[in-house]
Amino acid sequence: MNAPAPTLVSLHGVSKVFTNGVTALSGFNLDVRAGEFVSLLGPSGCGKSTVLRLIAGLAEPTAGQVTWPGSPHEDHRSEIGFVFQEPTLMPWANVADNVWLPLRLRGLSRRDAQERILGSLSLVGLQDFAKAYPRELSGGMKMRVSIARALSLKPRLLLMDEPFAALDEITRFKLNDDLLKLQNDLHCTIVFVTHSVYESAYLSSRIAIMSPRPGRIIAEVAGEAPGPRAKDFRTSSRYAALCGEISQILLEQNAEERT
Amino acid sequence: MTPASSNPLKLVLPLLVIAAVIGSWETIVRLQTIPPYILPAPSLIGTTMVADWPLLQASLLTTLKTTLLGLVLAVLGGVILAVTLSLSRIVEYSLYPFAVVLQVTPVIAIAPLLLIYMPQDVAVLTCAWLVAFFPVLSNTMLGLQSVDRNLMELFALYGAPASRKPLARLRARLKALWYLRRPAALPAFLAGLRIAGGLSLIGAVVAEMAAGSAGAGSGLAYRIIESQYRLNIPRLFAALVLLALTGIALYLLLAGISHWLLRHWHESALTQER
Repeated sequence: MNAPAPTLVSLHGVSKVFTNGVTALSGFNLDVRAGEFVSLLGPSGCGKSTVLRLIAGLAEPTAGQVTWPGSPHEDHRSEIGFVFQEPTLMPWANVADNVWLPLRLRGLSRRDAQERILGSLSLVGLQDFAKAYPRELSGGMKMRVSIARALSLKPRLLLMDEPFAALDEITRFKLNDDLLKLQNDLHCTIVFVTHSVYESAYLSSRIAIMSPRPGRIIAEVAGEAPGPRAKDFRTSSRYAALCGEISQILLEQNAEERT
Repeated sequence: MTPASSNPLKLVLPLLVIAAVIGSWETIVRLQTIPPYILPAPSLIGTTMVADWPLLQASLLTTLKTTLLGLVLAVLGGVILAVTLSLSRIVEYSLYPFAVVLQVTPVIAIAPLLLIYMPQDVAVLTCAWLVAFFPVLSNTMLGLQSVDRNLMELFALYGAPASRKPLARLRARLKALWYLRRPAALPAFLAGLRIAGGLSLIGAVVAEMAAGSAGAGSGLAYRIIESQYRLNIPRLFAALVLLALTGIALYLLLAGISHWLLRHWHESALTQER
């Protein structure tokens, strides 16, 4: 990237206290720039998912602001695609109808949506499975359908909440590469929540490391530029160094905790 | 739960057992020369069924009508109430306890009361409805609440903008009801329907017995009481057989509907492929 890309969404001084008194986030700052692949990396329960929910507008911050500097609209939900940890497909609907859901909620008829449904499905390589039911698919394929559904609205920002955590490693590697290629083709921005050091190092152009609850960002590591990785990236010294750097920060954080 | 089975043994074996039971019943009655007013032989029950068919058929139709009408009303009432309860907390808190009270009260205790206040056929129908109503209500409510939480979040994300206006909120809820809750509730509703089918028949029989002892009525249960008074035990058995067949037919019908509706996606309707 030559010129610094414009900021897409910005979280400033955000804290979130749940009604049961748990403080999930406190003093959280993050700027997401257009075209980035940002990973939020942290231990379980550090408020990573809460950050995504705040960006999506599914929750309101207790203090601080979530702003979209470059956009005059009040409602940003049409610019967002959300992928959960589970595929969360509707078991009673076939793959095409599952992908149709966001479009249907926007008032598009099945016929009008047909082209975009098939487009989304071919992006994730499932164009031949439109008529299949979720139970007939493997875990990896279900997750692809879930991603296709998130892409059906052509979002500028894709929020992903540990989407591959429940998949086996071989499938995960494959989906990692597919996701990078997808981002390259669609020019969208991705905020990716994970608790895997290796996954964040492989995927991200920027890795934001979070502290345990109440969560805030303690360090940022620059990763590889967005786009498909070279074939040998997973075995390269650059990748190993990245993993090492991130692990080191997490270890120091742990040591600090103990003292 | 699948009515159609690929394994012929599943159908042949129970039929063989029934044939064996009926055969030994016939043999024992004949060998011991048990009088028909104590235990009629299956063959005698069969001939009674044929001989008394006009009478039994009329009774069967009466009971069948009560049962099915009670079931239909229970489904309508149960589903409408469950949907209303799911749309509004206030309605739920104020009405649900009464539905529970109706259910836990043994209906036979209400039957004599109903007979005082209502014409006899309406009272019998009300009984069948009361018994069948609750399983539909509680199962449908459970189903309506069992939508994946994340799917509801997706709904909030992609649906209409969140609004404070009551009308807009109601519309969003109705949309969620139709797109998500309705299909998600289907399996639980159908389970409730299968239970309600059997209970509706029980309700009809119990009410007929209560009404019959008051001196009127022509359903199968009334025939049973009447035959007992007259010591016409073969006819009692014939009526009993018809009742049992009604129950079986009802169950098979409802299980078939359930299987057909869920055949594409629900675990209960899947055939094992191993």
